[in-house]
Amino acid sequence: MEQVICPVCDADIGLQNDTEKGELLDCDDCGSELEITGVNPYALAEAPQTEEDWGE
Amino acid sequence: MKKKLRIGFLHSLIRKEEKLLLQEFRSRSNVEIELIDDRSLTFTIGEPAFEVDAVVERSINHSRALHALKLFESSGISCINTYRVASICGDKLLTSDALAAFSIPQPEVRVAFTEESALQAIEEMGYPVILKPAVGSWGRLLSKINDRDSAESVLEHKSILGSYHHSIFYIQKYIEKHGKDIRSFVVGDKCIAAIYRKSDHWITNTARGAVTSNCPVTDELSDISVRAAKAAGGGILAVDLFETDGGYLVNEVNYTMEFKNSISVTGVNIPEHIVNYVLDTAYKAKHEKN
Repeated sequence: MEQVICPVCDADIGLQNDTEKGELLDCDDCGSELEITGVNPYALAEAPQTEEDWGE
Repeated sequence: MKKKLRIGFLHSLIRKEEKLLLQEFRSRSNVEIELIDDRSLTFTIGEPAFEVDAVVERSINHSRALHALKLFESSGISCINTYRVASICGDKLLTSDALAAFSIPQPEVRVAFTEESALQAIEEMGYPVILKPAVGSWGRLLSKINDRDSAESVLEHKSILGSYHHSIFYIQKYIEKHGKDIRSFVVGDKCIAAIYRKSDHWITNTARGAVTSNCPVTDELSDISVRAAKAAGGGILAVDLFETDGGYLVNEVNYTMEFKNSISVTGVNIPEHIVNYVLDTAYKAKHEKN
């Protein structure tokens, strides 16, 4: 498991080995929705805000 | 040695659904997945897009999915779901039109293009009605109109504050659903599972906090679900239905279905069904080409 830092609250976040670029996850500490923006090395950013045409 | 099937996986953000699908695809020995992020995708019109046997569409943005599907298909790539299905399901007006063409029961729907004609249509239908953006999802910007005062107010707000597509007034008769509706999952010609979505609010989308439970797939539910999916063009579709004293009514048909809350409650491995269908479609497309 890789450790990365939440870009919002600096909490440690553990990532599974099969984590995908573009994957969404929530920070357990601050609740922010985050996106994996890179996997080699792992990088995190706040997830984009919901857009008008999002959804099914 | 048998050549692997190459599947393009069109996506933007990877939600739980996409993760489950990728895990299922990667568990198959004869499949190679090419991830296609719509945020970095470019097309040159008239030139082949990708060397894949088929594309499975899982974009979170309707507009990107719709246009990418068109361009993939124009370069000869089989898509699941198709551009036609995305265009019908992505627009509630076109969905209602398609359902009507196949005589699928649905709530009364009227469409108007001006505030005045919309108000007249609402008065003729009787209250309450639901005003919905023709393009939109997750229950966003739905308005339950209970009387003439709220009709006038919401119509004026939509006209002045709304973007272009809010000027098409899609008006649906409100159906009393007693706190729940049904979502059924259709893959090909089979209804594989269904859930109830329960909420104290009149909007019962799980994106708005509705709670899910298993809904037994009866012959009647299966029949109307599969017929609604076919009316929308067929493929991998989620059908939203109201259960009324007069039978089922189809509310909407969704083409990039979300299912993460439905696997454990139904006990159905939805990603497995989807991947089987995608691979069957890709095999057929590949053999037709060769």
